[in-house]
Amino acid sequence: MGEITLKDQCCIVGVGHTEFTKGTEKTVLAMHVESCLKAIEDAGLRVEDIDAVVPYSVSSNLTCNEQLMHHMGLRNVGYSFTKHQGGASMVASIQDAVMAITCGLANNVLFVGGRKGFSDQRISDMAAKKVALPPLPQLQWVMEFELPLGNVGVGTWYGAGARRHMHEYGTTSRQFGAIAVACRKHAELNPNAVMQKPMTIEDHQSSKMVIDPFRLFDFSIEADAAAAFVISSSKRARDLRQPPVYIMGVGEGHPDVPTCSTEKKCMTEMQGFKDAAKRAFAIAGVAPKDVDAVQIHDGMTYPVLCALEDAGFCKKGEGGPFVEEGRIELGGELPLNTSGGALSEAHVGGLNHIIEGVRQLRGQCAERQVENAEIVFVGAYGDFGDGGVAILRR
Amino acid sequence: MADYIKPLPNPTPETLPFWQAAKEHRLVIQRCTSCGKYRHYPRLLCPSCNSAEMEWASVTGRGEVYTYTITHRPFHPGFAEDVPYAMVTVELEEGVRMVSRLLDVPTEEVAIGTPVAVEFVDVTDEFTLPMFRRRRA
Repeated sequence: MGEITLKDQCCIVGVGHTEFTKGTEKTVLAMHVESCLKAIEDAGLRVEDIDAVVPYSVSSNLTCNEQLMHHMGLRNVGYSFTKHQGGASMVASIQDAVMAITCGLANNVLFVGGRKGFSDQRISDMAAKKVALPPLPQLQWVMEFELPLGNVGVGTWYGAGARRHMHEYGTTSRQFGAIAVACRKHAELNPNAVMQKPMTIEDHQSSKMVIDPFRLFDFSIEADAAAAFVISSSKRARDLRQPPVYIMGVGEGHPDVPTCSTEKKCMTEMQGFKDAAKRAFAIAGVAPKDVDAVQIHDGMTYPVLCALEDAGFCKKGEGGPFVEEGRIELGGELPLNTSGGALSEAHVGGLNHIIEGVRQLRGQCAERQVENAEIVFVGAYGDFGDGGVAILRR
Repeated sequence: MADYIKPLPNPTPETLPFWQAAKEHRLVIQRCTSCGKYRHYPRLLCPSCNSAEMEWASVTGRGEVYTYTITHRPFHPGFAEDVPYAMVTVELEEGVRMVSRLLDVPTEEVAIGTPVAVEFVDVTDEFTLPMFRRRRA
């Protein structure tokens, strides 16, 4: 029997999401179900066609597979799972859906995630509520050896690496700002984006230092947002409502030290993201130079710079100059986060990056359309440098 | 003693020796007795040779600042009074790293490469935390 390849076996056939807002009365469950129904409708499928579910879980209170099955009346589910890789979870889960469909375990796989990052879980309120970190098992060492001293949250975990990157390569805060500015420019062209007020590098530089070297505008925004998408076989995709978006390559990766930043041999790379990208490019049979646009989950600015290096779009240490001079803006060499990303559209755990990649390849992006987009790289990092990558094409 | 509202460690049986030694003002780090390699944070198996045999070895507590951050905005009320404060990642002489505070150094003076030595701070009756102080090279 010949080797199975995952390349081009499946397509993303439907996408959907709630309004992205600062404040909604809807419950998380309702937002998840709303997103699912929209994605299923977008595909031209029916609820009863869904036979696999992949809910996203970063912390508690989010919808699990059994809740989804219950509330949506799913009757035929033969495959379900949730991956635990922080922000990388959704993108890294694409490979599993492709695998399941290719092997005949599922036909139409439904992904959903999102949370009320503004109304329920404001990170900026954590100080008042004495909720330092969600009680996730992968945070065990951080909670025991770092939190008591004052190392609280992603700003410190990634800030330490960022400061080291600045020390080793001369990367600057202004270069982080170039990423924030690009995302904001793109958000201004996206009616779904929460933040549309124009931002210059000087605005970024005058925003308050939160955890040096990170300023306020280096962090993703707080929004209530949920989103969903559906994957089906390429064969089935051709008969559905939307132009098919093929999944060319997929990859998941983890660093040698996945539970903290402190112990990593190299603190200036995201080893898991690097491996995920390598695996995805290998399956896809394309290289970074073939990519027309990138959607990289941007919980903060610096990890995106690091991700561009780690995926091979530029050399390690050259991410700073790479993101300057409009290279990552629409009209530039490699448009990044064309919907505004988590920095300006909404933080939806990588789901909106996947959806934007799909819309670009369908030609549905109106004013923010990347001309002739053929291949889009979708990537997400999570926790302490885990990675997930999917390379999509039309 | 005023109420201590900062989060405290929640040791497991595997990590307890670290905190017991800290209470005695000793810094101990796991060391594989098969191949001699140090590792931190604690692990069940040696990352070098996979052996489960290990000891908690006393270390000098001397090292250098490898990197740092400066918190200006507290994400936990326990640290509200401390801001701005630096968190330093220290690379110990034994080649392992720890994250802690740098005592009595203004945040503007925190720098990569600064030689440091451990200093233990008794924060409650039960817990002592290892922090660092500048030392002469």
